[in-house]
Amino acid sequence: MSLLDYFRSSKKSTANTAKERLQIIVAHERRRRNSPDYLPQLERDILEVIRKYVDISPEDIAVSLEQRGNELSVLELNVTFPEDKR
Amino acid sequence: MAKIIVVTSGKGGVGKTTSSAAIGTGLALKGNKTVIIDFDIGLRNLDLIMGCERRVVYDFVNVINGEANLKQTLIKDKRTDNLFILPASQTRDKDALTKEGVERVLNELAKDFDFILCDSPAGIEAGAMMALYFADEAIVVTNPEVSSVRDSDRILGMLSSKSRRAEQGLDAIKEHLLLTRYNPERVEKGEMLSVEDVKEILSIDLLGVIPESQAVLNASNSGQPVILDKDSDAGQAYLDTVDRLLGEKVPFRFLAVEKKGLLKRIFGG
Repeated sequence: MSLLDYFRSSKKSTANTAKERLQIIVAHERRRRNSPDYLPQLERDILEVIRKYVDISPEDIAVSLEQRGNELSVLELNVTFPEDKR
Repeated sequence: MAKIIVVTSGKGGVGKTTSSAAIGTGLALKGNKTVIIDFDIGLRNLDLIMGCERRVVYDFVNVINGEANLKQTLIKDKRTDNLFILPASQTRDKDALTKEGVERVLNELAKDFDFILCDSPAGIEAGAMMALYFADEAIVVTNPEVSSVRDSDRILGMLSSKSRRAEQGLDAIKEHLLLTRYNPERVEKGEMLSVEDVKEILSIDLLGVIPESQAVLNASNSGQPVILDKDSDAGQAYLDTVDRLLGEKVPFRFLAVEKKGLLKRIFGG
């Protein structure tokens, strides 16, 4: 590694940022593709209900439906509360 | 049995038509009777890239509507044997392509041709869906850039749910990644997603990597598929791509930065 590279490596490359952002959004969109059509609306409804009590933003909530075997589906709801609102 | 291959991407301007023209020509050069269909109704461009824009008499929609037959409509390429072009219509009617009509034309072409290459329009509207619906294989053209990669993933979702093969429960469409406008210098500097990055995100088979090249614009300027420019990096990369599409094992080239010799450094080039 040259001296120049040493200074460069202190900053994360934009290609790496691009890769990380893509991995997250692509995984998110794939999950959505493979889930029922009502899930986005369900997520919005849940968001509205929680917002009556705590001010959270859309990215603080994640709803997913996971198929486990043929018989069982699990609806998973993840809500992150902001630090000062707990 | 003809193989139907769609060249698609979601995002516009990534090189679908350039790739369709190059790969179609390459398949024909290898002795396969090949037709390239322009599915971009209203925005015909394949004819320009192939250099046959002044020979268009009838088009795809005329054939579907029974106003002309295939023999009158297909344009035989003047440079390459075994190669034909079916131009898009310039009509503004977005519903000019019907599933039944497209199927009828494809079935008729399938009797005669080894490969049917469908050059898809950008987007995920009816035209793009029609181009991919009947495909056996798909070439997903992607630039190493965030919006293109995301749109490619979107198209991969369509291929596995909205195609004929998906709807009829047949074997899935075989998906290939074609990475275009690749710039190894920028990858090395950490300014561009690498081949490995894109492969990892989309997780499909890599068919080819086409370097960013001045030869591509020169080729389209003169209406000549870039694969015929055999001295150019892009032309050679497309030749390799065609070989891989035909099942040959070919090592990937133009992935690393070319080391400049002392003379080149001094005199440029």
